[in-house]
Amino acid sequence: MIEKETTSTFNKSTGLPRKRFYRARAHSNPLSDSHFPVPLSPSQFDYSLHYPQLVPAASDDDNPKRIQFADIGCGFGGLLVALSTLFPDKLMIGMEIRDKVSEYVKERISALRTTNPGQYQNISVVRTNSMKYIPNYFEKGQLTKMFFLFPDPHFKEKNHRRRVISPHLLDEYAYTLAVGGIIYTITDVEELGEWMKGCLENHPMFEALMEEELENDLVVKLLTSATEEGQKVARNGGQTFQAVYRRIAPPL
Amino acid sequence: MGDAQMEEGDNTREIEVAPALIAVDPAQRSVAVAVGSDLRVYDLIGDCPVSLVDDSAKPFHSDSIRAIRYDASGKLFVSAGDDKLVKIWSTDSWFCISSVCCEKRVSAVAVSNDGLFVCFADKFGVVWVVSLKGDAENQALADKKAAPMLAHYCSIITSLEFSPDGRFIVSADRDYKIRVTVVPKNPLDGAHEIQTFCLGHSEYVSCLDFIHSPDYPHGLLISGSGDSTVRLWDVTLGSLLDTCEIGSKAELSATDGIEEDPCHAVTDLCTCPNGTSVALAVQSLKGIMLLNCNLSAKTLSMAKVVLVEGETLIPTSLGTSLSEGLLWMVTGISKLQGFDHSSLARVRAVSFPEDDGRDAEPVLLRDDEIPGGQKLLERLQGSVSIGNDVFLAASEALKTSMRSLLIKKQYSDEKREFRKRTRNDRKLKH
Repeated sequence: MIEKETTSTFNKSTGLPRKRFYRARAHSNPLSDSHFPVPLSPSQFDYSLHYPQLVPAASDDDNPKRIQFADIGCGFGGLLVALSTLFPDKLMIGMEIRDKVSEYVKERISALRTTNPGQYQNISVVRTNSMKYIPNYFEKGQLTKMFFLFPDPHFKEKNHRRRVISPHLLDEYAYTLAVGGIIYTITDVEELGEWMKGCLENHPMFEALMEEELENDLVVKLLTSATEEGQKVARNGGQTFQAVYRRIAPPL
Repeated sequence: MGDAQMEEGDNTREIEVAPALIAVDPAQRSVAVAVGSDLRVYDLIGDCPVSLVDDSAKPFHSDSIRAIRYDASGKLFVSAGDDKLVKIWSTDSWFCISSVCCEKRVSAVAVSNDGLFVCFADKFGVVWVVSLKGDAENQALADKKAAPMLAHYCSIITSLEFSPDGRFIVSADRDYKIRVTVVPKNPLDGAHEIQTFCLGHSEYVSCLDFIHSPDYPHGLLISGSGDSTVRLWDVTLGSLLDTCEIGSKAELSATDGIEEDPCHAVTDLCTCPNGTSVALAVQSLKGIMLLNCNLSAKTLSMAKVVLVEGETLIPTSLGTSLSEGLLWMVTGISKLQGFDHSSLARVRAVSFPEDDGRDAEPVLLRDDEIPGGQKLLERLQGSVSIGNDVFLAASEALKTSMRSLLIKKQYSDEKREFRKRTRNDRKLKH
C-alpha cells in the first residue's frame, strides 16, 4: 500500500469516521480486513467528514443536506465522477466492499478536489457491505437515485440469492428510495439482465420507465459510458441490458 | 497457532447445545417446556401431563427445538427448530395438525393475531409464512408449503413478533437490526413494504416483545441485546424512546464470582402480568431483572432484581399468561457434554400480586405454590434431581454457544488463509 501523504482537504487519510459514533465489533481483530465501521444509524453518519466543504461540522441546520444519489458497488468511481458535475448541488456516495478499490476512489476524489477547486465536493465513497447495511446509512425515502452498474452475476443457481438485485433486497431499496425515485441497473450478462428486470417487474413498488422518459433522462446515457466496466464492454462491442424503474407508492 | 486449535472450531459444530424454552397459554390453561427435541406440556385445567399425538410423516421433533409459542387465542401451539420442521398443534387435542418443512434450521416463530398465519424464520434470514385459512380443527392436513415473506440478507433472525394492533411484523437479527414491516392483506404474496428500521443496538438483538394496554393499544416495542441494553421503540417511526443499560447495574456485580468479567447480554425478555414491568433474563444473573415501562412517558427504568436463592438458576427462557399474574421461567439445556445427564430443566415462577389495587412486590413461588405443583414440575423438568454444578456448567456452555452463533468471528490473516486451504474455486491470477 502506498504510504499516503495526501492533500489537506481530506484530513484523515483513511477517511474513517470518528469511532465513537460507529460500532466496534466485540473481540474484533484489528488486523482483519473484513472489519469496517458501520454507523449505528443514519443520524450517526458523519457528513462533515465526507463532504467537508458542503456540510461543515456541528451545524444545527433545520434542513441539513442529505445524500440523494448512491452508487452501489461503485468500483473505481467512474459514475460518481461523471455525476458530480452534472448535479453539482446533490450529495452522492459510492459504496464499495473491496478495500483497495474503495481506497482508490478516495484518493481519486481527493486528487480531483485538489486540482479542481470548488468541484467534486459533492461525491464521496464508503467501504461497506451495502447488502447488509443500507438502512444504517440512509433514512426512509432519502435517496432519489440508486445505481447498480454491472453487478456480480453469481452464475450458479445456488448463489442467485446473493445477487444484489433480488426480490427481498428490493424491499430495502424501495424503503430507501423516495416515491418517484429511480433505480438504474445495467449489465452485460444477458441472463442477469433478464433476472434483474424480472425482479423489478414483479415487485409491487417499482414500475418501468417509459421509452420517452428514458430518452429524456441524462443519466441513462452515463450507464454505458461513464464506468470503466461500461467502457470495456463498449470497446469489445458487447451488448448491455438495462432496467430502469421508478419507485411507486404500494398499491392499496 | 497450532493445527489442533484450528480444527477445534470445526468439531464443536456437531454437538451444539440448545437452551430450554418455556411458553404459557394466554389463559394459563397449559404450560409447555421444550428441552432439546423433547416437547413437554402440562395441562393445568385437567391437572395432568399432556400426551402429544403426531401421526405425520416425521412425527415429533428429531432435533433441538429452537422456538415455541401459543397463538393469541391459545387455540394453537407452534414448535420449530433444528430438524427444519415447523409443527402446528391444536391445543384442544394436542394433535399435530400440520408439519411444514423448511430448507434451513428454524430460529424463530410467530403467529398472526387472528391466528390465520404462522410465520417462521430460518437461519439464513428468510421469514416464511404459511396460511391456516380454511382448516378445520383436529383435521390432519397435507404438508403445507410455505411462501417467503421477507428477508434479512444473510443474517440469523433471532426473534419475530406481530404488533398488538396487527399492523406490523417485527423481525430482529444478529446484525444489530430490527426491521418493522407492514403486514399486507395477503402475506403469502410477500411483505414488501418496510415501515421502518429500529437501529441503535451495537450487538446482536436477541429478543423482542411488545408492551401495551387498553389506553395504549398500539403499544411500544422492547428489545434486548448482546450489547447489554434493553431499548424501547416506537415502531411506526423507528424512533428510539429510551435505553436501559443492564451492564452498569450494581446489583449484578454479586454473581458469586462465576467469572472475572460477567457478561450482561440479555437473552430473553417478557412483558409481566402487571402490564408495566418487563422481566429480563441476563447472562450471569441468577434470577430475573425487572424494568418498569411507563407507556405514557415512554421510558424504561430499573425496578428490581429478583434473585433465586439456594440454587443456580440463570433463566434461559421466560413466559407469561398476562391474565393470571404469573411469570414463568425455565433454565435448561440439551446436549450438554461431560455430565451424567445431557439434558436438564428447572422451572420456577414469580407472582405479581395485587394488594388493595396497588402492585405489591413480586414473589418467587416455592415449588408447592406453583399451579400444578409437583406433578407439573415432574412433567416439565423430568424427574431427575440435578446438582448446582451441572446448572453452572450448562450456563457456561450456553453462553459459549450463543456467542459463537450470534457474534461474528474475526480471524487473523494467517487463520483465514488456513481456513481457505480446501477451496477449489481460486481464480488464476493474471
